[in-house]
Amino acid sequence: MEIIVCIKQVPDSASVKIDPETNTLMRQGVPAIVNPFDMHALEAALQLKEIHGGTITVVTMGPPQATEALRECVALGADKGVLVSDRAFGGSDTLATSYTLASAVRKLGKYDLIICGMQAIDGDTAQVGPSMAEQLEIAQLTFVSKVEINGDTVTVQREQDECYEVVEAKLPLLMTVVRSINDPRFPNVKGIMKAKKAKFDEFGLADLDVDETRLGLKGSPTKVSKIFSPPKRSDTVVIKKDTAKEAVAELITRLKDAKIV
Amino acid sequence: MAVIIKDDLCIGCGSCEGTCPFGVIEMKDDKAVINVGCTSCGACVESCPVEAIINIAEEVVLVGDKNSYKNVFVYIELYEGKPRNVGLELLGQGRMLADKMNQKLAAVIIGDKVADLAKEAFAFGADTVYLVEAPELKNFSTDGYAMAFEDLIQTYKPSVILYGATKDGRDLGPRIACRVRTGLTADCTGLGIDEETGLVAWTRPAFGGNIMATILCPEHRPQMGTVRPSVFKKPVPDYTKTGEIINVASKAKAEDIRTKLIDIIKIAGSSVNLHEAKIIVSGGRGMGKPENFALVQALADVLGASVGSSRAAVDAGWMPYPHQVGQTGKTVGPTIYFACGISGAIQHLAGMSSSEVIIAINNDPEAPIFGVANYGIVGDVLEVLPVLTEELKIALKK
Ligand SMILES: Cc1cc2nc3c(=O)[nH]c(=O)nc-3n(C[C@H](O)[C@H](O)[C@H](O)COP(=O)(O)OP(=O)(O)OC[C@H]3O[C@@H](n4cnc5c(N)ncnc54)[C@H](O)[C@@H]3O)c2cc1C
Ligand SMILES: Cc1cc2nc3c(=O)[nH]c(=O)nc-3n(C[C@H](O)[C@H](O)[C@H](O)COP(=O)(O)OP(=O)(O)OC[C@H]3O[C@@H](n4cnc5c(N)ncnc54)[C@H](O)[C@@H]3O)c2cc1C
Repeated sequence: MEIIVCIKQVPDSASVKIDPETNTLMRQGVPAIVNPFDMHALEAALQLKEIHGGTITVVTMGPPQATEALRECVALGADKGVLVSDRAFGGSDTLATSYTLASAVRKLGKYDLIICGMQAIDGDTAQVGPSMAEQLEIAQLTFVSKVEINGDTVTVQREQDECYEVVEAKLPLLMTVVRSINDPRFPNVKGIMKAKKAKFDEFGLADLDVDETRLGLKGSPTKVSKIFSPPKRSDTVVIKKDTAKEAVAELITRLKDAKIV
Repeated sequence: MAVIIKDDLCIGCGSCEGTCPFGVIEMKDDKAVINVGCTSCGACVESCPVEAIINIAEEVVLVGDKNSYKNVFVYIELYEGKPRNVGLELLGQGRMLADKMNQKLAAVIIGDKVADLAKEAFAFGADTVYLVEAPELKNFSTDGYAMAFEDLIQTYKPSVILYGATKDGRDLGPRIACRVRTGLTADCTGLGIDEETGLVAWTRPAFGGNIMATILCPEHRPQMGTVRPSVFKKPVPDYTKTGEIINVASKAKAEDIRTKLIDIIKIAGSSVNLHEAKIIVSGGRGMGKPENFALVQALADVLGASVGSSRAAVDAGWMPYPHQVGQTGKTVGPTIYFACGISGAIQHLAGMSSSEVIIAINNDPEAPIFGVANYGIVGDVLEVLPVLTEELKIALKK
């Protein structure tokens, strides 16, 4: 089985803040990591490969340093990695990103399954997966928490808000996975050694069969017009008393005053 | 906007390199180069001593005649044959947008034998209902529903479409956006009209809620977005209202639908529908051990509330996943939200900060939850909860 896993290198979002003066993002030493959901996508691929054999190709679109993310995946057992990188891809929204990634996937040739994370923890849109499936004209199964493949039939559990759905479809298809699908493994020494030596294919503008007007900022219908810090509350009533009884009494008085109870 | 570096001006000093939040500026042949990954945030612009970095309005590729697109469409997503709350919430927002743009508001209902629901849509504010009915559309499918929307967009040319940012909404939205090649803003928590341009201004959290971004879709139509459930209030329904129903034939054939729903597995505890709950009592790692969730349950019982949880408590196996509130759990907007032994990590806040009243109990006065709470008790949750439950029981009896 030929499996493609799409991974994105992201800043560890927990430490990203806005500079209150300039209203721009501050990164100051925020480490770059592989998007956590994509680690689950890779793990799902590794488990499927253990059962069905085949190869796993990880694809990332990003700046040259994103090869580090590919390396991490090879250390875990991915067979190949492709970096999709060109200035022309800069500023892509999800439509342009998925167009570019889909073009790279087409160039790779035959595949059976594409696995994406549910969402990237920086952009947080969860749109690249479904949009790629549309570009490639294949079926999609999103928010997958369990997967089984028999022949060319894929059966998944799909996470819904109040239930799980069991859904079936035929290969080739694209799926996006949630955290609960598996526990990603850790790399072993052999994997790390292999990753150190790994060489990656690089696809730039000239390597892809693309319509340039659909790339990068130019090919992106959405424009970020402003970014700002989430509003903070300044009127919190903090109750600190010696005993729980006093604190609760104070809280209830205040709730009554505010006509909340 | 686009950020570019003017090669002829760049002196290769490298001042900009470290200012890029995304690390995409690189020095090449003694000139700064912006790599893929640039979001045009502008953080680098100020750093340049010779003003070689500039923010420009880039040329755009126009698609079709955008002025021929009119009216606001709201997708009324169904669950077990009934509209999900988020669709009704969006009729309120859609009404606001339509009125500001001087356009009409339409609801889109897709399913099998769902004509009855049109009156709900009218009651909640729709002028028109587009009804797409077919046996193949009984259950949600990406393929079937995307075809229905593609057809609606091509025939009726709406200027704006709102979808709920539910699992199915986030599955469907990007598929449609890509098919008709327009922009889609994800998981919005704020909607308005940009005064300067008259465009819909979509506001959404990104970076796990650490930042907010306002997004526009200037040249492509329809302007589309998925909107987070429970952020907006449902309008007050007026069942005397009626409107025009437009029946649209479905073009989807059974073989067009490549996925098949085999089964639905209900999860124990998922009967608690956190989206609909008026009051939610949530517990976190600060509850100490699973048995202590009985204290959370006891308070919930007295208030007729649902029980929620942080991810830490779910990961520890104390609570099943359907109870998880947050970025990767549910977004909720109850009248009152109790956070018991929850630190208030940004990913948790992402799911509950639009609650009307937030009450936090935590023994750490510095816990970030106090930054969003209306009322906070600094103390041991295991001591406070039983007393609070008793006192509220008494207070509510009166
Ligand atoms: C503040 C801000 C807000 C934004 N809001 C929007 C918006 O509302 N709509 C919009 O269209 N764009 C938006 N963008 C642009 C968007 O973030 C980029 O297009 C980004 O490259 C992809 O989106 P994402 O990070 O949300 O990925 P997601 O769609 O959340 O990613 C899902 C999965 O797709 C795969 N994937 C995503 N990116 C890559 C990649 N580069 N290489 C390989 N695999 C990948 C991974 O498997 C990932 O788990 C926004 C950008 C910023 C900075
Ligand atoms: C991509 C991503 C997605 C995530 N999605 C979610 C999500 O959807 N929902 C979510 O909740 N989290 C999510 N998280 C995790 C989040 O970052 C936090 O780790 C999590 O919310 C912490 O849960 P907690 O507050 O229960 O635990 P902690 O952070 O450990 O906080 C426990 C709190 O209890 C207090 N406490 C301890 N003992 C007592 C006592 N006896 N009395 C009173 N107070 C006490 C402590 O002071 C502390 O503030 C996500 C993280 C990532 C990276």
